[in-house]
Amino acid sequence: MASDNDIAIKVSGLHKSFRLPTERAWGLKQAIFNRLRGVKGYKEQKVLRGLDFEIKKGEFVGIVGRNGSGKSTLLKILAGIYRPEKGSVTVNGSLVPFIELGVGFNPELTGRENIYMNGALLGFSNKEVDEMYDEIVDFAELREFMDQKLKNYSSGMQVRLAFSIAIRADSDILLLDEVLAVGDEAFQRKCFAYFAKLKKAKKTVILVTHSMASVQQFCNRAIMIDSGKIIAEGNTRKVSQKYRDLNMEEDDPGRVTMKKGRGDSKYLSIKANAKVNTKKVTLDFQMEPKEKIEDPAMVVVVYREDGTPVYRWASDEKLDGELDLSQKNELHIELDNFFPDGDFSVTAAFASRDRSTDYGVFNDVMSFRVDPRNSYPQDVLWKIPEKFDLK
Amino acid sequence: MSILARKNKVLLKELIKTDFKLRYQGSVLGYLWAILRPLLMFAILYIVFAKVLKFGGDIPHYPVYLLTGIVLWSFFTECTGQGIHAIEQRGDLLRKLNFPKYIVVVSATATAVINLLINLCVVVIFALLNGATPSWSWLLVIPSIIELYALTLGVSLLLGAINIKFKDIGSIWDVLMQAMFYAVPIIYPISMVASASPFIAKIILLNPISQAIQDIRHNLITSEAITGWGYIGIWWSLLSILLVILTVAIGAAYFRKRAPYLAEEV
Repeated sequence: MASDNDIAIKVSGLHKSFRLPTERAWGLKQAIFNRLRGVKGYKEQKVLRGLDFEIKKGEFVGIVGRNGSGKSTLLKILAGIYRPEKGSVTVNGSLVPFIELGVGFNPELTGRENIYMNGALLGFSNKEVDEMYDEIVDFAELREFMDQKLKNYSSGMQVRLAFSIAIRADSDILLLDEVLAVGDEAFQRKCFAYFAKLKKAKKTVILVTHSMASVQQFCNRAIMIDSGKIIAEGNTRKVSQKYRDLNMEEDDPGRVTMKKGRGDSKYLSIKANAKVNTKKVTLDFQMEPKEKIEDPAMVVVVYREDGTPVYRWASDEKLDGELDLSQKNELHIELDNFFPDGDFSVTAAFASRDRSTDYGVFNDVMSFRVDPRNSYPQDVLWKIPEKFDLK
Repeated sequence: MSILARKNKVLLKELIKTDFKLRYQGSVLGYLWAILRPLLMFAILYIVFAKVLKFGGDIPHYPVYLLTGIVLWSFFTECTGQGIHAIEQRGDLLRKLNFPKYIVVVSATATAVINLLINLCVVVIFALLNGATPSWSWLLVIPSIIELYALTLGVSLLLGAINIKFKDIGSIWDVLMQAMFYAVPIIYPISMVASASPFIAKIILLNPISQAIQDIRHNLITSEAITGWGYIGIWWSLLSILLVILTVAIGAAYFRKRAPYLAEEV
């Protein structure tokens, strides 16, 4: 048994239901009518049905589940925004929730004013914001826009600003909700770096997400919720597998079945193989289409154990021509072995080029190990010399 | 709930600042509107009632008297109007962060308080121009304003919390305010009512708003202005103060009870 001092969050017997109005008119008249007719006027919807779990200090826990499973409600209860209906939630230490980036942002205010407003919501005094103001602005790379109204910012700029303030939040416990889901490639990289930093700093973090990849990358532990109950808990790999199994029951084209080295989605099947020697790391993929795949793009990412992406290949960035997946294809990527010791996992993803349609995301389609016998004695990862060809 | 927690104070200050800034943003005259609005309203009512209908002929400094009434009444309507809808308007914030909800209501009413203070300066200038002599009794205006603000806050907390469940409250209150405008001695001098029917004048003076307005007129402009404690007696005027205290107590208690659920209902 861990002592109480080690526990950051303790949830026991947590229930929550919402009253959904059944009639569209939600006012005094309707309330009186309903009372007279003896109708309740609302439907009780159970969202959480008895959750029990503990989160220790310094843990990075992923909470996963499908849409409507109750995970966001749980997060809001942990954040103290909603009140538990039954059961209890004990939070040990200061807590900052990020249900959304840029809470309280007002389009009519300038970037500078929004920083102060958002800072106040995160619990910073004006003086504290004064002190970190320059760093925030520099990190967001928005110095020349600070006196412009937020409504003149692009959405990317807004997210950058919000994120730069958010990462200043200094509390014992952080609640993050799908923050990853927004922003472009570069932004996601910043996000990942921030998560890695949190993990290193031994912060207690709860991450609510759909993305199994980020759960596997960052979390020590995962909790999976379905219909308001915990249905799996523990090892991230195990929980991810269970999540995939659960989702497979539905006929979602982007969903994927996978065994080590091969995978299937509704659109295509893939075989993958990795070879490592002291000079080279080679990654081979064989794709076979099952259905017509329109305007496809393929992305391959190599992740280090701690979740840092170390190598990325995208067909629409690296290939001159278009990727044609109408027939069998082979992709061969040959990397100079600059990798340090450790385990690496490879994800291959297929989507339309505008990323609007998912053709299949093969998380962890293969992995390879670089051990002292074949590793490159250096920790530089980003500029890996590469060669590839697509037949 | 600690009102004085540093974090809450910062947030309150920041919300007030934004509200005030946003209110007058994009208008050419900007903050000047805070003064212009009641002044223009005053000009209209003055022409209609003092010049055309010949009200208030026997009241010394009637224009200032009228202006004071308008300024205080605008404060009351603006303040409750903002306060009642505050929770609704800041719903986005409530759904994403946990903080004491009353901050939202207080910050929404604060802009009206700032406007009132600016307008009172205008009233004082008018009073001086009109030949009123400054005296220590002017300081007695402060408790009356506190009384009026307390009433406003009580109403805002109570109705604001109910308004989340029954959106009708906002509209009902608007209509009620229209009616109340005539039930409070703003355009007509209370002395006119008193000479016609002392009973109705007494009823009118039981209203805490009428009392506050008359007290302020009495202390600021002319000691001839009829006050509640002078006309209906100390005990009866205490009753209306009790009414204010009761409104605040009920408003605060109800708001407190509803506060944990506002985020999911808004």
